[in-house]
Amino acid sequence: MDLLRFTTAGSVDDGKSTLIGRLLYDSKSIFEDQLEAMETSSAKKGDENINLALLTDGLKAEREQGITIDVAYRYFATPKRKFIIADTPGHTQYTRNMVTGASTANLAIILVDARHGVIEQTKRHSFIADLLRIQHVVVAVNKMDLADYSEETYNAIVQDYKEFSSRLSNLVDITFIPISALNGDNVVDKSENMDWYGGSSLLYHLENVHVNSEENHVDARFPVQWVTRPQSDQWHDFRGYAGRVAGGVFKPGDTIVAYPSGFKTTIDKIYNATQELDKAFSPQSITMTLKDEIDISRGDMIVKENSIPHIEQNLEAMICWFSDKPTQPRSKLVLRHTTQEVQALITDFKYQVDVNTLHKIENIDGLEMNQIARISLRTSKPLFYDSYRKNRTTGSFILIDPNTNETVAAGMLK
Amino acid sequence: MSNYQLSHLDQLEAEAIFILRETAAQFENPALLFSGGKDSIVMAYLAKKAFYPARIPFPLVHVDTGHNFVETMEFRDKFVEDMNAKLVVGSVQQSIDEGRVQEETGANASRNKLQTVTLLDTIEKYHYDACLGGGRRDEEKARAKERFFSHRDDFGQWDPKKQRPELWNLFNGKKHQGENFRVFPLSNFTEMDIWMYIQRENIELPMLYFAHKRDVIERNGIILAVSEFVQPKEGETVEHKQIRFRTMGDATITGAIESDADTLDKIIEEVAAARQTERGNRSDDKRSETAMEDRKKEGYF
Repeated sequence: MDLLRFTTAGSVDDGKSTLIGRLLYDSKSIFEDQLEAMETSSAKKGDENINLALLTDGLKAEREQGITIDVAYRYFATPKRKFIIADTPGHTQYTRNMVTGASTANLAIILVDARHGVIEQTKRHSFIADLLRIQHVVVAVNKMDLADYSEETYNAIVQDYKEFSSRLSNLVDITFIPISALNGDNVVDKSENMDWYGGSSLLYHLENVHVNSEENHVDARFPVQWVTRPQSDQWHDFRGYAGRVAGGVFKPGDTIVAYPSGFKTTIDKIYNATQELDKAFSPQSITMTLKDEIDISRGDMIVKENSIPHIEQNLEAMICWFSDKPTQPRSKLVLRHTTQEVQALITDFKYQVDVNTLHKIENIDGLEMNQIARISLRTSKPLFYDSYRKNRTTGSFILIDPNTNETVAAGMLK
Repeated sequence: MSNYQLSHLDQLEAEAIFILRETAAQFENPALLFSGGKDSIVMAYLAKKAFYPARIPFPLVHVDTGHNFVETMEFRDKFVEDMNAKLVVGSVQQSIDEGRVQEETGANASRNKLQTVTLLDTIEKYHYDACLGGGRRDEEKARAKERFFSHRDDFGQWDPKKQRPELWNLFNGKKHQGENFRVFPLSNFTEMDIWMYIQRENIELPMLYFAHKRDVIERNGIILAVSEFVQPKEGETVEHKQIRFRTMGDATITGAIESDADTLDKIIEEVAAARQTERGNRSDDKRSETAMEDRKKEGYF
């Protein structure tokens, strides 16, 4: 069984929670006691039918206000696949949550209300999916029941979306599916109400879409997370480098280069605990031993000599600002990249992207919460990195305010 | 599956090991909370894998309510010895004796709520700055929003609105003096994943998880094992039934289910067919609709 992580994005009231509730309900991932609790709360609020949205609106605060305020993770499985859903709210002020949910997703479902078509929020969600390099996008045209299951309405929305999305460079695989989350049309089973639709149901698509294509299996990258040195007689000389492979394939006997030292040596053995492996690839967590004893510690990067990462202190990146306090001029931030931590300074704001129109706004001198911009950075030590386009793990970073310790921004390196 | 694809269990394992190593690297004095339940057993097993062949670089901490099943305690001691790990015990009985907490009285008295005080006292006494817990996001709706690295303030409290966003593989464990973190390496495991992993890795579990005959009573619709801590009250009849436990909590509150599942294969079959969540048998969650959220805010796991 393999694993698909997907994110859902939609505007207020376009039935996103209902869709997730429907997937969980129809895949029998809702248990009796959860159903009972939902019935009780539906009855309390005076709803006639069970409100499937109640299943995903987790916290007391948001149930009272009837909105979702944070990323919530949901799980379901079919005999074919396990699924992890990052459920993110669609409000304007919560761009940061969408960015968060999208950062680990292989696929994004973007919900469009059939009565309203492609609106500003649809564009914003698509832009973020594109920015975060989610390879597969499903545009689910929801509430088809309220649009008389009309093929014309659906086709017009598809056309509209295609026109707009041609401006997005990374969205390579877009699938359109007309659904009614409320009634279950084309969610798990093909709908009889839309015989004009020749594609598959949403769940069938989720079960069969090709995953892991976004892992980079070419450029070998191993950020060292931990040095294992057993203090025992039996393992007296053992010195292992533990971490998670971030790209490419490592094999015993491969020649590697360690940064920042630049020393070369050969991989001796690769382990997953007691088990010796003949190869390691992303995203495996492993421990490797080397033929020569060279000085390597946490934050260093082991690569293969045929593909060297960028080594720079002056960087360009797209960032999304997360903090409710705007950027401060010349403030020093902590930058966390792979297992490394350095100091960083934003040296230039190049332009901001209006996430609703995709227009560039030039001549800016700072950022507020939920804004996305191209910036220049200078770090206190060089980073060993790849462009985010080539590798999501070695191309991403977060910025931390050293005074509050809050994560204030997420960044993608050029 | 192609050469370079990992099964879902391999991906979950790799993620949990990454989190365990990140915890050891980012904190000065972490600890692993060990309840003796299957989730904390899996977590400790993964910790062993993460640091092998070295010993795990943190102690196992057990908050002992004094109301544990005998089988749980025996299992714990053997497990700790096999792991070659250090065990630290925080005692609820001691908290009661020292007057830190007041024992609940009445029909549904339990020590579940008192654990929180003992836990926070233990964290303070040993200056732990990160506690690894076996919590999973599929367990309960308040946990669906829990982070891998969950920030707690000076008072050990959880503020759902102040949690730090977690992106990619980047975890921010920075904190001020006095604050600490709860870390949940098994966040993305479901109950089914845990069982499948236990089966695949052949991990030993306490016998309470497997079907066996035992004297039980039924109280508020929950089947409780008769023990030193649970004695039949007037009107309750003791029955000898074939049962097993789906979670491992105090003997006073952990409900059993009637079951013939005496092997891992049968348990997995049973879990797959189950129509109740595993916490559905925990009377502590039934106190109110937001019981878990309220307890978490106070510092419960």
